[in-house]
Amino acid sequence: MSRRRPIFVPTMLVAGFLFLYIPILSLIIYSFNESRLVTVWGGFSTKWYAALFRNEQVLNAAWLSFKIAAMNATGATILGTLAGLALARFGRFRGRPLLTGMATAPLVMPEVITGLSLLLLFVAMEQALGWPEGRGITTITIAHVTFSMAYVTVVVQSRLATHDESLEEAAMDLGARPVKVFFLITLPIILPAILAGWLLAFTLSWDDLVITSFVTGPGSSTLPVVIFSKVRLGVSPDINALASILVLMVAIFTAVFGIYMQRQQKRRERDVQQALAANL
Amino acid sequence: MGFLESGGGHAVKPSRSSRIRPHGPWRWASRGWRRRGYSGRTLVTGVPYLWLLLFFLVPFLIVLKISVSQMQMAMPPYEPLVTWTSAQAMELKVNLANYAFLWEDALYRNAYLNSILTAAVSTIICLLIGYPMAYGIARSKPAWRNLLLLLVMLPFWTSFLLRVYAWIGILKNNGVINNFLTWLGVIDEPIVMLQTDFAVYLGIVYSYLPFMVLPLYTAIEKLDLSLLEAAADLGCRPVKAFFRITVPLTMGGIIAGCLLVFIPAVGEFVIPALLGGPDTLMIGRVLWEEFFNNRDWPIASAVAIAMLLVLVIPIMVLQRFQGQQLGAHR
Repeated sequence: MSRRRPIFVPTMLVAGFLFLYIPILSLIIYSFNESRLVTVWGGFSTKWYAALFRNEQVLNAAWLSFKIAAMNATGATILGTLAGLALARFGRFRGRPLLTGMATAPLVMPEVITGLSLLLLFVAMEQALGWPEGRGITTITIAHVTFSMAYVTVVVQSRLATHDESLEEAAMDLGARPVKVFFLITLPIILPAILAGWLLAFTLSWDDLVITSFVTGPGSSTLPVVIFSKVRLGVSPDINALASILVLMVAIFTAVFGIYMQRQQKRRERDVQQALAANL
Repeated sequence: MGFLESGGGHAVKPSRSSRIRPHGPWRWASRGWRRRGYSGRTLVTGVPYLWLLLFFLVPFLIVLKISVSQMQMAMPPYEPLVTWTSAQAMELKVNLANYAFLWEDALYRNAYLNSILTAAVSTIICLLIGYPMAYGIARSKPAWRNLLLLLVMLPFWTSFLLRVYAWIGILKNNGVINNFLTWLGVIDEPIVMLQTDFAVYLGIVYSYLPFMVLPLYTAIEKLDLSLLEAAADLGCRPVKAFFRITVPLTMGGIIAGCLLVFIPAVGEFVIPALLGGPDTLMIGRVLWEEFFNNRDWPIASAVAIAMLLVLVIPIMVLQRFQGQQLGAHR
């Protein structure tokens, strides 16, 4: 573009990123603070990290959260992939509008509503069927799958929408059965979306406070529930340490995943070029 | 399950299915399955369908039911809607008193209006910050673009709760900002920022900014730059070109971003609970307190239904919109 480069946009960009990252940086900096008063600098120390790793309550909660998040991510990925496949590839079928609605509404549904409604369902089911007995890890996982599968559905559906059906149709015309077509052609196309969906579902579950609070029972406090009960009493340095570890883990994960995706992209481009070259 | 059957598409043609058939027990299973008019498609659609019916749709009906029942001191703390008074007679008790109570009590009315106002104002602030950011990212060098996008998404992947928590340390009376300003000598008394409405607005804008930037980026990136060049060639000033061309063409992203921020912000609980004061009334927090502190499930359900009534139109607009966006790729 020939027009002058305005300074407004770059300034807003820098300011926006500062706004996004200063709170996270301040969390990390103060996690190394010697002083118990979180925001008064008392010298460098790693003692809060040591304290964190001795805190049974936090460690147990983290392990519980990890188990639920992994189960949830797997369940949500399977269900979300099926729903995404149905919405992107099956054209019009009866009941489609309802499925579209149910598959995307949890994306924006306020968590208090989802949490309350699922709890009332579990209570009603326990009265009527005797299952689930009480509330805990099972009910939390079911609740998480229900809201996080929507994210997987959207990711898979949009991935499929950008690839036209000609490859799948060609395979079918050559006599491949639908199941084979799925595993040989569709699955490799949507694999990055499935991976991204799994990670997203894992993070959503790992992070969820509100829905978990409604459907949890005694003895199953996940990490966010423990953090929330501590944070309500005010800031504490070991929460800062915990936050820093979590931020670091996410940063590493995201970097590794980003690099992996970029490599995939490059490899696909190279394959396409080679295929074109071979045909010339 | 017949209603899940799809017509048309690329169903397996008879000639092909006669050529390739499953073997062994699979053959029997799949034959029986097919004879009843089911196909693999039914399974693919049916499993998530049933899950969502059971765990997403039915719960709302239960909420609706409980919102019209009466509270009682028992577990579960509500009276059954339908009672069998004798062998043949059935009594249906519908109690709209919960809704009347919500309507008449100023606390709930204020909480409603305040939630909608807070969400709307935060959404506009998000748009004002997010649009230039998205624009800057979309216009940056391609090599930078992915990194910048990743940086926008990274906070979204880190714990929401901890990011809200970070603001407590920054805003409180002996927090980062007040310490800094005192050190500079600008202020003698700390400025009270935590537990105010300001902190709630800040928290919402901060937490939901990535949801605004991403759809805006997608819309701006698709924009055809030659249109702006043509406008400039014809003597249109950049500001005018922005409002006459860029904004209308990215309206899809603007609407999607605003709805993605507004809808969850109306029902937000964590931010008003941690950053707001005791008098910060938001409907999500009221629901939480009715449920956990007062153990009044019927009122909490009525609050949920009333909240849903406010949100149902924005949610439907958003869905229509996302459907169009996904369809546009084809």
